[in-house]
Amino acid sequence: MAATESPRVPRPSVAPNAEAPAANARVRLKAAELSAFFGSSEVVKSISMSFRDREVTAIIGPSGCGKSTLLRCLNRMHETVPTARVAGTVTLDDQDIYARGVNAIEVRRHVGMVFQRPTPFPTMSIRDNVAAGLQILGRERPSKTETDHIVEDALRRAALLDEVSGRLKESAFGLSGGQQQRLCIARALATRPAVLLLDEPTASLDPISTQKVEELVYELRQDMTVVIVTHNMQQAARVSDRTAFVLAGELVEFAPTNALFTTPSDQRTEAYITGRFG
Amino acid sequence: MTARGPAGGVTLPPKPSDRGRKARPSGVQRAAAERTRTTIGRRRVVNVVMIGVTFVAAILATLPLIFILGHLIKAGASSINPAFFTEIPKPPGETGGGMANAMVGTLVLILAASGFGLPIGIGAGLYLAENRGTVIANGVRFLSDVLNGLPSIVMGIFAWQFLVKPMGKFTALAGGIALGAMMIPLVTRTTEEMIMIVPVSLREAALALGYSRWRTSLVVVLRTALPGIVTGALVAVSRIAGETAPLLFTVLGNQFWSTSLREPIAALPLQIFSFAISPYDEQHSLAWAGALVLIGIVLVISLAARFATRSRFGRGGD
Repeated sequence: MAATESPRVPRPSVAPNAEAPAANARVRLKAAELSAFFGSSEVVKSISMSFRDREVTAIIGPSGCGKSTLLRCLNRMHETVPTARVAGTVTLDDQDIYARGVNAIEVRRHVGMVFQRPTPFPTMSIRDNVAAGLQILGRERPSKTETDHIVEDALRRAALLDEVSGRLKESAFGLSGGQQQRLCIARALATRPAVLLLDEPTASLDPISTQKVEELVYELRQDMTVVIVTHNMQQAARVSDRTAFVLAGELVEFAPTNALFTTPSDQRTEAYITGRFG
Repeated sequence: MTARGPAGGVTLPPKPSDRGRKARPSGVQRAAAERTRTTIGRRRVVNVVMIGVTFVAAILATLPLIFILGHLIKAGASSINPAFFTEIPKPPGETGGGMANAMVGTLVLILAASGFGLPIGIGAGLYLAENRGTVIANGVRFLSDVLNGLPSIVMGIFAWQFLVKPMGKFTALAGGIALGAMMIPLVTRTTEEMIMIVPVSLREAALALGYSRWRTSLVVVLRTALPGIVTGALVAVSRIAGETAPLLFTVLGNQFWSTSLREPIAALPLQIFSFAISPYDEQHSLAWAGALVLIGIVLVISLAARFATRSRFGRGGD
């Protein structure tokens, strides 16, 4: 079977979702000839790919291949680094987020992001951490009771509510690493983004915490677009619907996860997933 | 005790009972073991000596303060009584009187200097941290370091030239500004350094939530760095609280009650100075007491501000 974007591929047993990605899933986020630079070095080379609604897309590749940079171009975080530059377009619901007049801050409210290391704000309580993204909405800022509801809902969606209920006013630093990471996911969810970007979210976590985050990622796809960067291929196989393999800044292969891992069409993909390099 | 390091245990030659059972050590290993055996005694001695030397240095570092405090208490404590804190100085030759006006004056000057120096210093430090590597930032940092080394008497002369002379009189305001200007470089550098140790990941997390750059700086970065910045501000306050030279040219001193920024004001260092050079033993004793109180004020301000900015969660935060 050729690893085209054929939608009706049976899932491998490693994947918890037995169904193939739906063919008609709407494209939410789309990169077209996207290139990213640090100074004059091009770390993402003209990548075009689309991310569909209610799907988890995994981006895999060896360290330094540009997968994190690619991710950071999707919510305009790349440009926050000095000398960083982006070429090409990224569209969110057919709106070019790099178009003139589009505010990067506005983009980041719709495209949430969670990083490799948990980053709770040390001066804020658990509740305030989750509500951090709501505090900046100006006139649309929810009332205190509304905020409480949103915080509770976000914590529930991040599968953290049971573990922190009753201590919402305590420091977020009292939580374990895994709990802190789920707190960061809750914080990203509280503003109801359309897309959630996860940059190696389990890289600094123990296996049990990793499993919890993976289950959570799998749940999240029910109502949003999720993009996860990982160097853990098993993780990509477990949580994602589609997988992209990036090597030296180029998109080598992008296919339904099952197809990519069982019948890769590119020799380099095969070499990577069978462990011959990277 | 301290000298029992791995070098002692690991490379010792095998015991006789081990021979034959284990692989014989190579020539290099035997040489290393031999070297260890011949030098271990000397290394232990050097270790003990060095620990001793640094311990003595640590004690010597605290000795001046202990000595000064001890002498101040001996010479000044007898003059500290309720009147010292409530009355203004008596004319020379009369007994009694206090330094209440000078204490209040010093507090007013500290407040004025902080009101002028802290916002500018913290703002400048924030700018330096957020714009690292730019020409302006490097220039500002260099000039700030130069300002830090400026002798306080020079600051006083300048304040006299550009504040006292145009206003036509000595004022507390001029003194506050001169002291505030001395605080700026210190506060700038500590603020910059405290902000630089806030992890980039925290900044990025705020940006990724849709925080604007200034809001990230203010709400996340500055708040996280706050305990360190407060400590830096306190160091600056302690430094200017005892400054005398700039005050000679700006606030002049005052024998009476005054808290007005537009009038000459009394200050502890000035009062100590004028009493210390007076010919009366009574006033000498009051000067010692004033010095003791000055140290006490600095101590109380430090403790109070530390308490006030203690982490809300009772952990971390300095």
